[in-house]
Amino acid sequence: MAKYTEDDLKVELENKEYEYGFYTELDSETFPVGLNEDIIRAISQKKEEPQWMTDWRIEAFRAWQEMEEPEWANVQYDKPDFQAISYYSAPKKADPNKTLDDVDPELLAMYKKLGISIDEQKKMNNIAMDIVVDSVSVATTFKKTLAEKGIIFMSISEAIKEHPELVQKYLGTVVPQKDNFYAALNSAVFSDGSFCYIPKGVKCPMELSTYFRINQAGTGQFERTLLIADEGSYVSYLEGCTAPSRDENQLHAAVVELIALDDAEIKYSTVQNWYPGNKEGKGGVFNFVTKRGLCEKNAKISWTQVETGSAVTWKYPSCVLKGDNSIGEFYSIAVTNNFQQADTGTKMIHLGKNTKSTIISKGISAGKSQNSYRGLVRISANADNARNFSQCDSLLMGNNCGAHTFPYIESKNASAKIEHEATTSKIGEDQVFYCNQRGIPTEKAIALIVNGFSKEVLNKLPMEFAVEAQKLLEISLEGSVG
Amino acid sequence: MLKISNLHASVEDKDILKGINLEIKAGEVHAIMGPNGAGKSTLSSIIAGNENYEVSEGEILLEGEDISELAPEERAHKGVFLSFQYPVEIPGVSVTNFIKTAINEKRKANGQEEMPANEMLKLIREKSELLEMDRKFLSRSLNEGFSGGEKKRNEIFQMAMLEPKIAILDETDSGLDIDALRIVANGVNKLKNENNAVLVITHYQRLLDYIIPDFVHVLMDGKIVKSGGKELAIELEEKGYDWIKSELV
Repeated sequence: MAKYTEDDLKVELENKEYEYGFYTELDSETFPVGLNEDIIRAISQKKEEPQWMTDWRIEAFRAWQEMEEPEWANVQYDKPDFQAISYYSAPKKADPNKTLDDVDPELLAMYKKLGISIDEQKKMNNIAMDIVVDSVSVATTFKKTLAEKGIIFMSISEAIKEHPELVQKYLGTVVPQKDNFYAALNSAVFSDGSFCYIPKGVKCPMELSTYFRINQAGTGQFERTLLIADEGSYVSYLEGCTAPSRDENQLHAAVVELIALDDAEIKYSTVQNWYPGNKEGKGGVFNFVTKRGLCEKNAKISWTQVETGSAVTWKYPSCVLKGDNSIGEFYSIAVTNNFQQADTGTKMIHLGKNTKSTIISKGISAGKSQNSYRGLVRISANADNARNFSQCDSLLMGNNCGAHTFPYIESKNASAKIEHEATTSKIGEDQVFYCNQRGIPTEKAIALIVNGFSKEVLNKLPMEFAVEAQKLLEISLEGSVG
Repeated sequence: MLKISNLHASVEDKDILKGINLEIKAGEVHAIMGPNGAGKSTLSSIIAGNENYEVSEGEILLEGEDISELAPEERAHKGVFLSFQYPVEIPGVSVTNFIKTAINEKRKANGQEEMPANEMLKLIREKSELLEMDRKFLSRSLNEGFSGGEKKRNEIFQMAMLEPKIAILDETDSGLDIDALRIVANGVNKLKNENNAVLVITHYQRLLDYIIPDFVHVLMDGKIVKSGGKELAIELEEKGYDWIKSELV
């Protein structure tokens, strides 16, 4: 029969190229490989940082040297050789006081290829964008419009210079330098990232967005994001990432800290599409990320993530619900295909009274991939009437992949209400045939079923992002039914 | 419209259809009746292109074209519709979104542009009213938590939207109460015209009180053993399938 079969699908999938796998020839300044205190001082110096910042980095580095790389995650990989990585690489023409006109035309061409035209961004309302290539932030749009409302949105390097009081006050308060192995490494060597401050009572009028790109070979990307929503403010923040296809593994170890003061709300959305490696599992980005938010009284933090990229992902965007009545949410879609491995989930730490958390996790595994959900719900003794609802759904495609769920629940307060639901399903032949019978080809049918499966999470994304995420899901999974 | 000749089929080396011959002309309603295990549902699955069955012999012509080598979606694009006995659930995909996708895939396959949104909405409204469907129903996940009656009504709604040339209703009456049966049958009757045809597959005569067949065929042990007019259905209901068996002996 002339039918498009599973085998055809598999072949097509295997031949599917990673769309963002190109490398752009940029005139870059890259530090020699290796890591020691001199390198850290050099990074700090390069960025013209104040002494306190240099000291803070050194302190983190010393702690890191004493730490061991964690092994508890359900992933297997060859540990990176930290002395073989370059910790700083910057496109040369990036100027700290950059305007778009100063940007290297090669860079602009690269953005275009990535589907982000900053020219358009300039005109397009409602998204202000910061773009980080390798180690530095190269462009931030809409600065002026935002400044009128008192909103600070800039690269963290600039913020260290221009708003040291804010950075010094909050940096490391949610994710301390010594929090974990990769957070400590990041604290020592982070090169750039985004900084954002929303003043009291201000509702940020547009989506803020950072686009991360690893371009140079042999470099790691260690960005640091610090986002502070002052009392009663609101902000929605988006983050996207891609990298060239390379045979070696590249390390990405980011730290994101969110602080939502009383009555503030932060919505943080990520579409992660780092290079996942080829179909044999060669290459790809190691994505070892620490993301955590702190909620004061009546504050709310929502993490929404669509994870389709990276060879290995290790990531648990978490909420510390410190203030009474604060709310934490985690909505996640994690897709793994070929040899990808993902160990991702969240931690909801209930400290305040009447705190609420919701966890919706959708794992989709295909090929020979392994997809794990790992989540912790902790109710402390003082957290009266805390509530949590968790739902973990896994969708399997084919017979060679795996889905795992590791929920941890620790409750020290008898008034807590904790609900956990989990399901595992496979895309059924009967579902596909039903769609076929209505004229929907297999590939489209799978996309439809996967989108339906992920809908609760997709709905949480801002509109423009939801469309992109939906497309990404289709591309990542094209032809993997079994 | 549909012509099946000498159709033999098996599943896992078990012969199920043993030489089916059937011709349905435009404007006609045919009914296939038979006891459980006679091969009724196999026949409908095979016409729709389900690949779990091995067709070893024979051909299926739709308007003179052999469709027996085509993928199920290609048959659908050419106008084959199967109302499933057990429609599957697709969580998170609304009735509206599903039918919209189906219609546009069909249009794409036939070289047409996507249907404009306003036209689509109008059509959905019109057809859902025909089947006395609640508006809220349209935004629910496809078949998820639907009652038996709702599932079947939704099947006929999709049929109404897709306007097939040949509609096969596989045990559409099962799981329906009398009101739902009336609504569903009424919908089918309104959709029938001189340019399409309907094949009703049923165990009981009940549905045929509402959808009046021009021809009735009795399927037993993979073969059509008796054909006749609508009175054959009534006779069967009275005398049971054993009567045919004894007649055959």
